Amino acid sequence: MPKSEPLKIDAVLDLPEGSATQAPTTAVNRGWGGTLEAWLPKLVVAPSFIASLVFVYGFILWTAWLSFTKSKMLPRYEWAGFIQYQKLWANERWWIACKNLLTFGSLFILICLVLGVLIAILLDQRIRIEGALRTIYLYPMALSFIVTGTAWRWMLTPGLGLEKLMHSWGWTSFEFAWLVDPKMAIYTIVIAGAWQSTGFVMALFLAGLRGIDDAIIKAARVDGAGTWRIYTRIIIPSLRPVFFSAFMILGHIAVKSFDLVMALTGGGPGISTDLPATYMYTYAFARSQIGLGSASAVVMLGGVLGIVLPYLYSELRSKNHG
Amino acid sequence: MAETTLDGKRSPLARALVYGPLILFAAYFLLPLVVMLLTSIKSMAEINSGNLLSLPTAPTLEPWRKAWSEMSGYFLNSFIIVVPAVAISTAIGAFNGFVLTKWRFRGSELLFGMLLVGCFIPFQVILLPMARLLGQLGLAGTSGGLIFVHVVYGLAFTTLFFRNFYVALPDELVKAARIDGAGFFTIFWRIILPLSGPIIVVCVIWQFTQIWNDFLFGVVYSSSESRPITVALNNVVNTTTTAKEYNVNMAAALLAAAPTLVVYVLAGKHFVAGLTAGAVKG
Repeated sequence: MPKSEPLKIDAVLDLPEGSATQAPTTAVNRGWGGTLEAWLPKLVVAPSFIASLVFVYGFILWTAWLSFTKSKMLPRYEWAGFIQYQKLWANERWWIACKNLLTFGSLFILICLVLGVLIAILLDQRIRIEGALRTIYLYPMALSFIVTGTAWRWMLTPGLGLEKLMHSWGWTSFEFAWLVDPKMAIYTIVIAGAWQSTGFVMALFLAGLRGIDDAIIKAARVDGAGTWRIYTRIIIPSLRPVFFSAFMILGHIAVKSFDLVMALTGGGPGISTDLPATYMYTYAFARSQIGLGSASAVVMLGGVLGIVLPYLYSELRSKNHG
Repeated sequence: MAETTLDGKRSPLARALVYGPLILFAAYFLLPLVVMLLTSIKSMAEINSGNLLSLPTAPTLEPWRKAWSEMSGYFLNSFIIVVPAVAISTAIGAFNGFVLTKWRFRGSELLFGMLLVGCFIPFQVILLPMARLLGQLGLAGTSGGLIFVHVVYGLAFTTLFFRNFYVALPDELVKAARIDGAGFFTIFWRIILPLSGPIIVVCVIWQFTQIWNDFLFGVVYSSSESRPITVALNNVVNTTTTAKEYNVNMAAALLAAAPTLVVYVLAGKHFVAGLTAGAVKG
């Protein structure tokens, strides 16, 4: 399989035939081939560079431009100032979406981190069936949020799902109708989201735990530190970078959450579980409010960059130093 | 506190405190999968009379048959999109990673940083212009359009994977070959590619999972002929016109989950490697 892939890239890059095997071995080739060789690496990355420039940066600017126009069903390009942003922040539905994101995001991150760390620490105790357990904890990451949403939606269906299960197990007063309760529905998204992502956080922390130098722990033990002290004073503080990464990634998942809401609640009941991502989709595509949808997308981008840029910066910096 | 982590034997209480929660968590993570499986082989009558975990008295494959007849076309659509998108984005990522580590030039780090931003943007911010572009290229609603979109926005990740892998390969490999007169593609073919097995596996698995599970691009850019399975599943489940058939829904959900689950079970180690490589080493 790997053998056939570079052929495809030749087609993509539109390189002259045979260039893949042509090594500049002769003297003649060195002159011409030399310049070609010098340019080849740049030519190879050029399509990605252009794609990034146009489809990422260019499109972001395009969307930003649209957000400053009165575009509705069709894009218009006359400058209209901040009118869409005014509309956006005056729109109650947008506020609901933002508040929901705050509720969902903070709980989702908190639960994933707490459970992830806990499970990682437990798994790190020389467990005999570690492999099997890890497989079980991580499989949700292989699923689509649509599948996760579908499964949890069924389980949380009032009257038929967990409610009925508890009733038939003897807990007849058990009530669980969050899915259809506008006040509580957002928490069902937390439940399903945390179910899907906890294993991933666990894997991150497990890798972090395995990376800790045993010598430090042994030394602490020799000094008479107990297990609890070793965890709270040495191990967990030394996992700070992992907390940082996990926080970034989870925050990023939260802001982009779209599929899970669509499958689990569809944004409902009513608009009670709208998130910025579903808001943008609704206004830009279902309601043909391109300007307003663009403005919400730009605000989302701002939010993500606010979380991610410090992370990227620190990552790139540490890379240059290491 | 009991001596648990490092040295030897554990008391029964300490064992229970470790294994108890671990098993409970395992049950919690398995619950939805078990429920889906059980529900998918029950008749609606049995679903209404039993509970989530009651075993079917008369197991039936009828829900699966119905789900397959509804979903098989979309299942195929997903493959039509995923296979080329994974192959192309992986190949481009390999070349990019090769250049960004072994053929650095002025500005190549900047270029990498620039590409990396593509891993993080919320795609909402490019949805509208891309819809317009696909429309103008005549690719709106086609599998080709979706392949294009997935390649373009998968590039950042695939480049990141290969770049982080190749950066650990010794530069001397390439330098020695260059002194011997080997060119760019010869070095890639003969030296780098044979060493790339592990990262190709990781990258292919990652891309496969991402693209198979995609919903946002699917729902925005597909038409009824090119609709991927995630979008079709969501439509089936959220249909309000007919009575809910939970058993068929669950069978359909399992069908949509099957390919990525199979990959995960067969190559779990590489799957995790991809997750953590993409995440931690950022």
